[in-house]
Amino acid sequence: MPPILELRGITKRFPGVLANDHIDLTLNQGEIHALLGENGAGKTTLMNVLYGLYHPDEGEIIVRGKPIKITGPRDAIAQGIGMVHQHFMLIPVFTVTENVMLGDESITNGIVLDRKKVAREIRELSTRYGLEVNPDLYIKDLSVGIQQRVEIIKLLYRKADILILDEPTAVLTPQEVDDLFQVLRNLKEHGNSIIFITHKLREVLALADRITVLRLGKVIGTTEPSKTNSAELARMMVGRSVILSVEKAPAKPQGVVLKVENLVVRDERHNIAVNDVSFEVRAGEVLGIAGVQGNGQTELVQALTGLRRVESGRVTILGHDTTHATPRQLFELDVAHVPEDRQQDGLVLNFPVEDNLVLNEYYRPPFAKGIVMNFEAIERAAAERVQEFDVRTPSIFVKTANLSGGNQQKVIVAREFSGPIKLLIASQPTRGLDVGSIEYIHKRIIEKRDEGTAVLLVSNELDEIMSLSDRIAVMFKGKIIDTVNAEETTKEALGLLMAGVHGEEQSVTPPSMTPEEKALMQNGIA
Amino acid sequence: MAEATAKSISKPVKAPAPVGAWRDILNTLTIPVLSIFTALIVSGFIIAFTAPEVLTLLPNFWEHPLDLIATMWHTVTTAYAALLQGAFGDWGAILRGVQTWVATGNETDFLRAARDPFESLVAATPYIFAGLAVAVGFKGGLFNIGGEGQLFAGAIGSAWVGINISGLPWFIHLPLALGAGLLAGAIWGGIAGFLKATRGVNEVINTIMLNYIMFLFTDFLLSERGPMRGSAGAPRTPEIYPSAYLPHLLPDPVRFHWGFFIALGAVFFIYWFLWKTTIGFEIRTVGASPTAAKYAGIAVGRIFVLTMALSGSLAGMAGANELLGLNHYMVAAFSPGYGFDAIALALLGKSNPFGVLAAALLFGTLRNGATRMQSIASVPVDIISVMQALIIAFIAAPEIVRWIYRLRAPAQKEREVFARGWGG
Repeated sequence: MPPILELRGITKRFPGVLANDHIDLTLNQGEIHALLGENGAGKTTLMNVLYGLYHPDEGEIIVRGKPIKITGPRDAIAQGIGMVHQHFMLIPVFTVTENVMLGDESITNGIVLDRKKVAREIRELSTRYGLEVNPDLYIKDLSVGIQQRVEIIKLLYRKADILILDEPTAVLTPQEVDDLFQVLRNLKEHGNSIIFITHKLREVLALADRITVLRLGKVIGTTEPSKTNSAELARMMVGRSVILSVEKAPAKPQGVVLKVENLVVRDERHNIAVNDVSFEVRAGEVLGIAGVQGNGQTELVQALTGLRRVESGRVTILGHDTTHATPRQLFELDVAHVPEDRQQDGLVLNFPVEDNLVLNEYYRPPFAKGIVMNFEAIERAAAERVQEFDVRTPSIFVKTANLSGGNQQKVIVAREFSGPIKLLIASQPTRGLDVGSIEYIHKRIIEKRDEGTAVLLVSNELDEIMSLSDRIAVMFKGKIIDTVNAEETTKEALGLLMAGVHGEEQSVTPPSMTPEEKALMQNGIA
Repeated sequence: MAEATAKSISKPVKAPAPVGAWRDILNTLTIPVLSIFTALIVSGFIIAFTAPEVLTLLPNFWEHPLDLIATMWHTVTTAYAALLQGAFGDWGAILRGVQTWVATGNETDFLRAARDPFESLVAATPYIFAGLAVAVGFKGGLFNIGGEGQLFAGAIGSAWVGINISGLPWFIHLPLALGAGLLAGAIWGGIAGFLKATRGVNEVINTIMLNYIMFLFTDFLLSERGPMRGSAGAPRTPEIYPSAYLPHLLPDPVRFHWGFFIALGAVFFIYWFLWKTTIGFEIRTVGASPTAAKYAGIAVGRIFVLTMALSGSLAGMAGANELLGLNHYMVAAFSPGYGFDAIALALLGKSNPFGVLAAALLFGTLRNGATRMQSIASVPVDIISVMQALIIAFIAAPEIVRWIYRLRAPAQKEREVFARGWGG
C-alpha cells in the first residue's frame, strides 16, 4: 500500500539558519512514526510546514497519493491532517464542548450554537477511542492529561486521520504517559496514522513502528525499534558517542548551610502548600526534593528564595535568619537560584544576552558606580561567561528570546554559577532541554557540589534526582514523607513514596542494563 | 567544541553589520511614515467632502465629473499648502524680511514672517514633555493616562510660585517655578504609582480618576472666591511676576522661548536616565518582566512609584512650560488635551525619547499649520484631530497599512509591548 503521507525534499530557511534541509519522510497508513531529534533539530519546523503554519521554500507534500499545497491549518484539516501542539491551544474558561467546536461550530436555527449535538459526538468519540472526557467540564478544571485528550478529540471531531503530536509527554506524569500510549495504540487500531515528535528515546522504542532521526535539519536515518537500541539512537541524534558519565565521587558533606524548620507556606488560593517542612542541607552535598508536580515544591522554593511569604517557621542560611529575606538580600548572602520558570522569572527575554547575564548584579561595582552603569565591565563579564559556559549565541547583544531553550538556561546557569556561591537552589533545571544541555548542567551542578556548595535540587524528573542527589527527600501533599540516602533506594521505592505510600520498601532488582544504557537512563533520555 | 566558541567570541561581536542596521531602521520607519502619508490622504478626502464648494457640485457629479474632481483637487491642495505655510513659514517672506533687516535695521517684517516656523516649535514643546511622560510610563510597563491632570498640577504649582513669591532674581525664581511644576506633577503621578504598588490598583483607572480630581480642583482654585483667583472678572489667576517668565529668544510676535531647549534637554536626560543608569535599568526591567525583576532583586513596588513620579514630573513640566513661557497666567481650560494626545505620540515614537521628539515635532507642526489652514482655506482646525486619530489608528493596526501597500509582514518580528495590559 502506498504511504498515506509523503514529504519530499522539504526545505525551510529562516534568517541565519537552515531549519529543514531537503527532508524526506513517509508515513504509512496505520503506523505510529516517531520523529526523533534534539531541541533545534528541526522537528517542530517540519511539522509546522506540514500543518500549514510555515510555507516551505522547496519540496512537496503528497497526501493520499496527491500532491497538495497547504497554505494554512484549514487546508491541512481539510486534508485530514491534525496537530496537537506542545502548548495546548485551549481556552480555559470554555467547556470541552465549546473548545472542540470552536472554529467549526454546529448551528441550529441559523445562529444558535448546537452544543448538545457536539457533546453527543464527543461522547461517541470518547467511547470509540477510549478517550474518556466529560464534555460539560471547563478546561481550567481539567488535569493536563485530560486537556490533552480534548486536543485529540478536537482533531477526531474534524475527521482528521493523520495525527501529529508535538512532544506530548513533556507535561504528563508517568501514569498519564501510559494512558496516552494506550490511546495512541487504540487510534492505530482504528486505522489512524500518527506522527509523534519527541526527544525521549525510551518512549520511542516502546511505542513507535518506525523512527526517523533528525539532526541539524537533516534526516540522519529511518529505522525500526527492533533494529536499533537507545545507544544507537542517541548517537544518531547527537552525532557523537554519548558518554554521559555523571560519575560522581562520594559526597563529603561539611557544615550545615541551609536549615529549614517547621516551614508553612500558603499558595495563591490561600491553601497550605508547604505543611510544616523541616530539613537541612550541608556544604558539599546535594539534597534532591522529589515528587510529582503540585505537591508544594514550587511554593517551597519560592519561600526559600524570597518570592513568596512565609506564614510560619524559620529559614536559616549560615546562621542568618532569612525567613523573610528579599531576593537581593539572599543574593548578597551568596545564594544562587535557578528558577523553575526560566522565561518568566529567570530571564527578561526582550533584553540582550549581556543584560541577562548580569541581571542580579547590575547594581553594584564593577557593573555600576553609583547609579551610572559601566557597560564596558558588563560586556567584558558577559563575553567571559558566554565562553566559559559554552552559551551558543551569535553575540552578546542579541535578544535572549532568540536563543534556544537550552542556551537560555545556560545563560541563567552562567549568571548564577559565577562567583562564590554557598547555596544553590535549582528548580527543574533541565526541563525541556536537549541531551547536550542536560549533560552540561548536570556536570556543573556536581562541580559546584565538589567545590563545597550546598545544593538543593528540586525536580519532577526522578532520573535526574537519582543521578545527582546524595540524599533524597520526597514531598507529598506539602509534607516531606521520607528522606533517604540516594544509594540505598530504588526508583520503585521512590515512586511509591511519591504516591504517598510510606513505610514500605520493596526491593526490586532492575533488569540488567549495559553501563551506557544505565547512564542514558539516569540522564532522563532513555 | 569549546575552542570553536572561544574563537568566535574572543571579542564581543557588535550587533549586525551596518547594512543590516540600515535595513532595520528602514523597517522601523516604514509603518509610521506610511501611516502618516495614508492619514494625510484620507484627511484630504475628508477636507474635500466637507468643503462647501465641493458639496454644491456633488448633485451634478455625473454630468460634470471633471469639475468636481478639479474642485476637490483645488480645495485639498489649497488647504495643504496653507498647512505647510503655517507649519514651516513662507520662506520667501522670511528671506525678504532678513534682507530688510540687514538693509534698514528694522526687524519687524522678518519677525512677522518668521513667526510661523518658530510657532511650530512652540507648539511642539508641550507635546515633547507630555509624550516623554507617557513614554517613560510605557517603558516601565505602566499606562499613564493621567498626563492631563499631571499637566494641570504642574501649571498650578508653577503658577503659585510665580504669583506668590516676589523679590527674587530670575535665576532663582524661574528654576523655583519650574521645580514647583515638576514636583507637583511628580506628586500627582506618584499617587497613582503608590496605589498600584501598595494596593495593586490598575493605573489606567486611577490616573483617569485623578485627572477628574485635578480638573475640579483647578476649577475650585479659579472659582469666584477661590484661593488662586485673580482680580480680573474672569476665572484665571493673576499674572506671574516677570522674574518667573521663561525668556523669549526673539521679540514679539515670535513667541519662541527657552522651554523648547529645556524640552530637548529632557529628551537627552531621559535617554541617559533610562539606558545608562541602574535605576533606569530597573524601570525597564519591571516594564519588560515584573516577575523577572522581582527575582532579580528589584523592589518592584518602589519602581512603580518612581516611574509614575518621573512620568508625572514630565507632564507637570509641560504645564509649567505653557504657563511660564506663553500665557503667564493660568486659565481653567488652558490645555487642548496635550496629556491625551501624548499617548498617541508615545505610540508613534515607540516609547523611545528620540522617536517621541520626532512625533512631537510632527504633531506640533501640524497643529500650528492647522490654524493657518483655518484662516486661509477655511478648513476647521478639528481636521488635525482627525488626522492624528487616523495616524494612531494606522500605527496601532499596521496590518491595514501593509494591506494597502501590499507589504510583506516582517518574518517573526517581536511585537512591541507598550504596557503590561489591563491586568497591571
